Amino acid sequence: MNNYRMNPKNGLEFGIYTLGDHIPDPHTGERITAQQRINEIIELAKMAEQAGLDFFSVGESHQEYFTTQGHTVVLGAIAQATEKIKIASSSTIISTLDPVRVYEDFATIDLISNGRAEIIAGRASRVGVFDLLGYSLRDYEELFEEKFELLCKINEEEIVNWSGEYRAPLSDAKILPRPLNGSLPIWRAVGGPPASAIKAGYAGVGMFLAMLGGPVSSFKHSITAYREAAKRNGHDPETLPIATAGFFYAAETTQEAQKEVYPYINEGMKLSNGRGFPKQHFAQGAHPHDVMNVGSPELIIEKILYQHEQFGHQRYIAQMDFGGVTFDKLKRNIDIIGTKILPEIKKYTAKN
Amino acid sequence: MKLVGLSGSMVGSKTRTAMNHALTILREKYPDIEVELIDLADYDVHFSDGRNYLEYEGDTGYVASTIMEADAVLIGTPIFQASIPAPLKNIFDLLPEEAFVDKVVGMIVTAGSPKHYLVVEQQLKPILAYMKATMVQTYVFVEEKDFYRKEITNDDVLFRMERLVEDLVSLFTAYEGIRKAKEAEYGF
Repeated sequence: MNNYRMNPKNGLEFGIYTLGDHIPDPHTGERITAQQRINEIIELAKMAEQAGLDFFSVGESHQEYFTTQGHTVVLGAIAQATEKIKIASSSTIISTLDPVRVYEDFATIDLISNGRAEIIAGRASRVGVFDLLGYSLRDYEELFEEKFELLCKINEEEIVNWSGEYRAPLSDAKILPRPLNGSLPIWRAVGGPPASAIKAGYAGVGMFLAMLGGPVSSFKHSITAYREAAKRNGHDPETLPIATAGFFYAAETTQEAQKEVYPYINEGMKLSNGRGFPKQHFAQGAHPHDVMNVGSPELIIEKILYQHEQFGHQRYIAQMDFGGVTFDKLKRNIDIIGTKILPEIKKYTAKN
Repeated sequence: MKLVGLSGSMVGSKTRTAMNHALTILREKYPDIEVELIDLADYDVHFSDGRNYLEYEGDTGYVASTIMEADAVLIGTPIFQASIPAPLKNIFDLLPEEAFVDKVVGMIVTAGSPKHYLVVEQQLKPILAYMKATMVQTYVFVEEKDFYRKEITNDDVLFRMERLVEDLVSLFTAYEGIRKAKEAEYGF
């Protein structure tokens, strides 16, 4: 896990991720400005650090209702505003970017942050970015595979010789600056099904597994498939970290948490994915064996520990701001994580 | 309640004729229901390329969104080469996997001969079931011999259509009531 700057003895890492969504509050119909939203994201990262969280990441979605299209710039600001917390993208759509430029950006963020930057590269679940940046959806898979491979190569080799189909060849190219300690942790973002997890395993890179809802046992299939694929391809699964990510919302009681966050998640899903979140599924989300971490601090602790026991993952990343959840609610959640949830998670998962 | 009639063929007139009859019955019996007919022959719909339906533009985006926003869908389909027409299958491919959750779907089928009666049972219903539709199980099957110069001449067909329309509305009303009562119990 050294390449990933992780020490499993310190227990399960706890982080927050945002897609930078920018959605009207379903209660008032009003939307804060993009400027305010971006500043609140930077502020949220600072508060996460103060509360003792390990990780904060920002994603890019190039469509209406999102605001961190320039996610590397936001991460640069977060790098400057924080001191200890690890920072990453969640995810960087490498398919439609130039891996050289992405690496230059993240190596720079790594230097600004004194060695805290990571890249999570994904294929995009919202694909407006393909038209916008002039790529064809027909090349969806190959664009990602080729560019992700190049990104990993740049991470491993300071002087790169490479040629491929979707970018001009590189001949003895020196990709600068180099990150603080020579390389960056690079992860592959994966949706639910095992098919995609297997690809991360084959590549021998860390897996960021997004899980919206559903039984822990279903996602465990993806994790097992990932480890098996890694092993088959000559990688040691013991060296490959797994991060899981999904909805999070804590309140005094589970009922209260569900009541407060449901309208946000439902509206957010409607606007960004075109379908609300069925109440029946959301209600089942409170079961201790469902991956959705919405509930009282006690329920969330029980769920995360159960997930950790089943997955053996190294990092959990909470998405708590989806659908325009207001900043005061986010602050309260950070406070609950820092004072109630995190100490228990560390107590039961740390080994020293 | 919002109902969309989806006439799933680019050619011929029988399906459209049958749909016109059904929607006329619907409008007369239930004037409060908002009704819109989408005849695929009138739209330039692209083939599905896997993106989220919200990201299609033009007619494709319009047709997909209109269906997604409906509470009930009445599908009219001919039978081509022992199956549903490609344009209709394309509509399903454009939509998300669980597109028909909480939607009620009824079906009217037009065909040249009774030999194709089970095509809907074996090919259309499994697609709708996969996409989580609540279906009116009985569909109206209309044959060539029931039409004359773009009119339906068989009273039996019209009576069956009337029952289909009634069943569609009853089923939606019943399920909506059940769902609302269930959702009220959750307390969120």
